[in-house]
Amino acid sequence: MQQDQRYDAVMAGGGLAGLTLALALRQGLGDSARLAVADPAFAAPQPASTDLRASAIAAGARRLFEALGVWERVEAEAQPILAMEITDSKLGDAARPVFLSFDGEVEPGEPFAHMLPNAVLQDAMTDLARERGVALLPTRIAGFTPGPARIALRLGDGAEATSSVLAACDGGRSKLRALAGIGVTGWSYHQSAIVMTVGHERPHAGKAIEHFLPAGPFAMLPLTGNRCSIVWTEATDTAARLLKLPRVLLLDELEQRFGLELGGIEILDEPKAFPLGFQMARSFIGERLALVGDAAHTIHPIAGQGINMGLRDVAALAEAATDAARLGLDIGGPDVLERYQRWRRFDTLAMGVATDGLNRLFGLRSDAVRLARDVGLGLVERLPALKGFFIRDAAGIGGRAPRLLRGEAL
Amino acid sequence: MTATATTVDPREVERFAALAAEWWNPRGKMRVLHKFNPVRLAYLRETLTAHFGRDPRAIRPLEGLRLLDIGCGGGLLSEPLARMGADVTGIDPAERNVRIAALHAEESGVPVDYRATTAEALADDGERFDVVMAMEVVEHVADVDLFLARAAEMVKPGGLLVAATLNRTKRAFALAIVGAEYVLGWLPRGTHDWQRFVTPEELQAALEAGGLRVIEREGVVFNPLADEWRRSGDLSVNYMMVAERPAAS
Repeated sequence: MQQDQRYDAVMAGGGLAGLTLALALRQGLGDSARLAVADPAFAAPQPASTDLRASAIAAGARRLFEALGVWERVEAEAQPILAMEITDSKLGDAARPVFLSFDGEVEPGEPFAHMLPNAVLQDAMTDLARERGVALLPTRIAGFTPGPARIALRLGDGAEATSSVLAACDGGRSKLRALAGIGVTGWSYHQSAIVMTVGHERPHAGKAIEHFLPAGPFAMLPLTGNRCSIVWTEATDTAARLLKLPRVLLLDELEQRFGLELGGIEILDEPKAFPLGFQMARSFIGERLALVGDAAHTIHPIAGQGINMGLRDVAALAEAATDAARLGLDIGGPDVLERYQRWRRFDTLAMGVATDGLNRLFGLRSDAVRLARDVGLGLVERLPALKGFFIRDAAGIGGRAPRLLRGEAL
Repeated sequence: MTATATTVDPREVERFAALAAEWWNPRGKMRVLHKFNPVRLAYLRETLTAHFGRDPRAIRPLEGLRLLDIGCGGGLLSEPLARMGADVTGIDPAERNVRIAALHAEESGVPVDYRATTAEALADDGERFDVVMAMEVVEHVADVDLFLARAAEMVKPGGLLVAATLNRTKRAFALAIVGAEYVLGWLPRGTHDWQRFVTPEELQAALEAGGLRVIEREGVVFNPLADEWRRSGDLSVNYMMVAERPAAS
């Protein structure tokens, strides 16, 4: 076997989770570690991306990107969320009372979150991984066989390789998870999120707004310039109907929800709908295998936590592997993987249940429930300490966070 | 014999591969040693990086140091120390253990020089090391004083000898023999003979007779609730001792 087909860690999937894990392991395991990310998408030359979709990067995730040297490359494209406002109303309500608002700072001078276009992050991370000597293999992982000291890998192009550990970062419909025979559990909301980018006349001043409408949350998340990213939740069949409408009628539906505070609006990209649900793998690990990001879990995006949960996985796995490597231990051994699973599985379930509760609470029409939640949010509003806790938790830096999420090096 | 041995008999290799898999299975027969390993390795890493002035956060902090692991068994210590950058020689009188260790090192791609030999034979050859380790072997040798004298002989000036063993106390008898061998079944019966356990005072005296100076003693205790080993000031059961050969002046 050739020397260059022997790896310490192989990531299957070149999305955010796979690339971030590669960069984190490079930092933790040092320059001599042999790392690879396998994804057929690397075969195509990088197209000038037309994908305007953006993600909310919570403070903990930003600290991780800072520690890995990614943030300085994308910062110019990041829009800080300087304030948040949550309203609860019916569609026809003339005025939308604000029930919860906060200035978006976790620590003085550190915004709660930033909005960052996915394509910007993806391009910067791909470049950085290449510069740092991570092999970008333009193929998929077709199969694997774990052994006592290594895991044997069969690549989509017929080549073979071995690694100490294999990380499945191949998304919600993970092929590797299926190959490992790991089932999933969860629930569907029969709801979809319509995602699009909207331009508007007047500046948004960095304010994020989330309207809890009867059909589900409608979020307006500020991007750089006079632009917002929209996450608009509807029943799945309604969402499909909306997307088939002529653009002018869709714009009319959008305006009813968006409001006119920011002046005239226009749709800047092709709206797309994504089905919502909570799904969690029955195990996050197998023999010399770790499920990371969407392969391990997908959650309702109501609290904007999808990406941030995935990055918490990355930080936890990289830390467990680095701690083992410092002792000269096998980074794909069961103790390392079990530490990763213990760290992440409970947190994931807790977040899934919390966002589910939030969604059900806000999705109910009963006036009694409405009153209860108004009082509940009113209480949160009145207790600064509690609100601080909510912000820190949503920012992903509450609890026993991995070192990278605290902005520390591995 | 080394990790690059060439005398290959496929059936033999298969047999040793099965044994190696058993040795290296953290949930298998060697479970207790695997549980114990991170504590020993963390202690060795700290002690060696501090003594030799290395960066404790580096991934290969032991680069360039020549280490001898006496009684290496399947290589549970030798291989991680080699991964930390050390140039490791692992010796064990049992040919079988050395073959298991060499096979696993080859699979892992970690270079370790394994030899089926004794500390006495190596000392007779005039071999010298920056660090000589006698971890969990002192309690198994026939003549402790002679063994330690020969081991100490191989420590270069300025180098270290690290020993780990079991104290000859009633507690050690209760925990290591009655508990580990008979009650928990962690270890095969007859693994340990209490009469051969060594007190810290005896160990220290033997090392000093070999021209070394003891610089540290540390206990290791098992916490059954957390199912993990921790370092402690309590030397009454398992303990480790570090001794230095003063640099030639």
